[in-house]
Amino acid sequence: MELIHLSPLDLGLAASLVLLLALLSWRLHLGVEQRVLIAALRSAIQLSLIGLVLNFLFAQTSFAFIGLWTLIMLGVAGWEVMARQKHRYRGAWGFGIGTLSMFLSSFSVILLALTLIIGVEPWWQPQYLIPLLGMLLGNTMSGIAIALDNLSRQAWEGRGRIEARLLLGQSWECAIRDIRRDSMRAGLIPIVNSMAAAGLVSLPGMMTGQILSGSPPMEAAKYQMMILFLITAGTGLGSAAAVWVGSRRLFDHRQRLRLDRLTGPAP
Amino acid sequence: MPELRLLGLKTRNLAPIDLHLAPGDLVFLSGPSGSGKSLLLRALADLDEHQGEVWLDATPCATLPAPEWRQRVGLLPAEAFWWYDRVGDHFPTALDPGLLDRLGFGPEVLDWQVARLSTGERQRLALARLLALQPQALLLDEATANLDPPNRDQVEALIQDYRRERDAPVLWVSHDPDQRQRLAQPMPGLSGARRLIIRGDRLEEEEPCAGPEGHTLQAQSQQGRPQPGRAGSWN
Repeated sequence: MELIHLSPLDLGLAASLVLLLALLSWRLHLGVEQRVLIAALRSAIQLSLIGLVLNFLFAQTSFAFIGLWTLIMLGVAGWEVMARQKHRYRGAWGFGIGTLSMFLSSFSVILLALTLIIGVEPWWQPQYLIPLLGMLLGNTMSGIAIALDNLSRQAWEGRGRIEARLLLGQSWECAIRDIRRDSMRAGLIPIVNSMAAAGLVSLPGMMTGQILSGSPPMEAAKYQMMILFLITAGTGLGSAAAVWVGSRRLFDHRQRLRLDRLTGPAP
Repeated sequence: MPELRLLGLKTRNLAPIDLHLAPGDLVFLSGPSGSGKSLLLRALADLDEHQGEVWLDATPCATLPAPEWRQRVGLLPAEAFWWYDRVGDHFPTALDPGLLDRLGFGPEVLDWQVARLSTGERQRLALARLLALQPQALLLDEATANLDPPNRDQVEALIQDYRRERDAPVLWVSHDPDQRQRLAQPMPGLSGARRLIIRGDRLEEEEPCAGPEGHTLQAQSQQGRPQPGRAGSWN
């Protein structure tokens, strides 16, 4: 099986289906035609640009340049984690906690995968590093965002219970233990679910892509397994780091609950 | 002999406070709601940031690990929070059953579900939970606000005995002028109480409101919330 190249005409044909949908929306007064068209246009522009960028990037061999690109990816993911919090940490912590946790987990996991498992030479070869890191960051980001949101929200709502425990002489770690455990669990649930459903309900995107580009399905399945394991490890490590740093930040040196370090209406 | 000293303790609403509670002293604190009574108690338990220092005997708060300080200077907040389903899980394993008995509970209470407790039961059990840790000083925030007279009397007697047996100083926020007046009288083996009131941002001695009924009623009207269970005593 060979890779079949898509011509502009092929793409145009697929795009005409979207136009048809917009027409339908207009005729039936659904009122979404404008949004459908804009979103389709956006995705076309973004994907073309990223195609060009990747084309350029894959031609690079400079470690510094590729390293810089991975840091940009990390920064955007860190921003996204912060944006998904209902109660954000004030100051640099809001951006820092998620970004640091993703750096620790995703980068160490990907280093391990590229050097020990896949054995690419050199290990920063962008054709492997960039897409794998992208998948890893995307999933770790969701897990960490859920775990951190869970942590800060439960601390916010459970102030009375946490302080009651502190007042009875419990340490901060003891007083927040249940919430910590719960947040870790919440961060891991999406990836555990998607492992459980992989193959039966959905063919994951990466595997679909490889099959379409001509890889034997078994090879595609093996790659998919590897990436699922990496994502799980990365999400677990990342959530653990984020929940640890995040919960520590909720208490000061005298082990007082410091909800004023979160944004939101004053407690 | 535990004694509690506040040296220039500054909380959000109040001017710096110097206050000395000798062993076994009872000090009542009252004042309009929002005047900072609860915040003062929280600062004493080192649960809020504050300036100034609090000493328990020869130990300043800052030199003890915070959990140990809070175990020695026990604060009973106005609202009792519970974090496990079962009452007993909140208590130390070696619990003196006499403590529950004095508050009118049998040992079976430990197996009750927290969700099914009434407000008054929560409040009394929260006191038991605190006393079970044997704090050396007590900070009480409206310890009897939700209790009917028999239960209130039980709680008052328990706290008086705690003062007597352990020489524990007690700082008690109470909205109930009758209670402040009642416990202000010296009893066998116990000194009376000082009564302080917050005016503006300072602590002042409360004027004695003993005497004609009218005075008591007037003071009663300052209370934040009515206590229907107690209305009968004036009829």
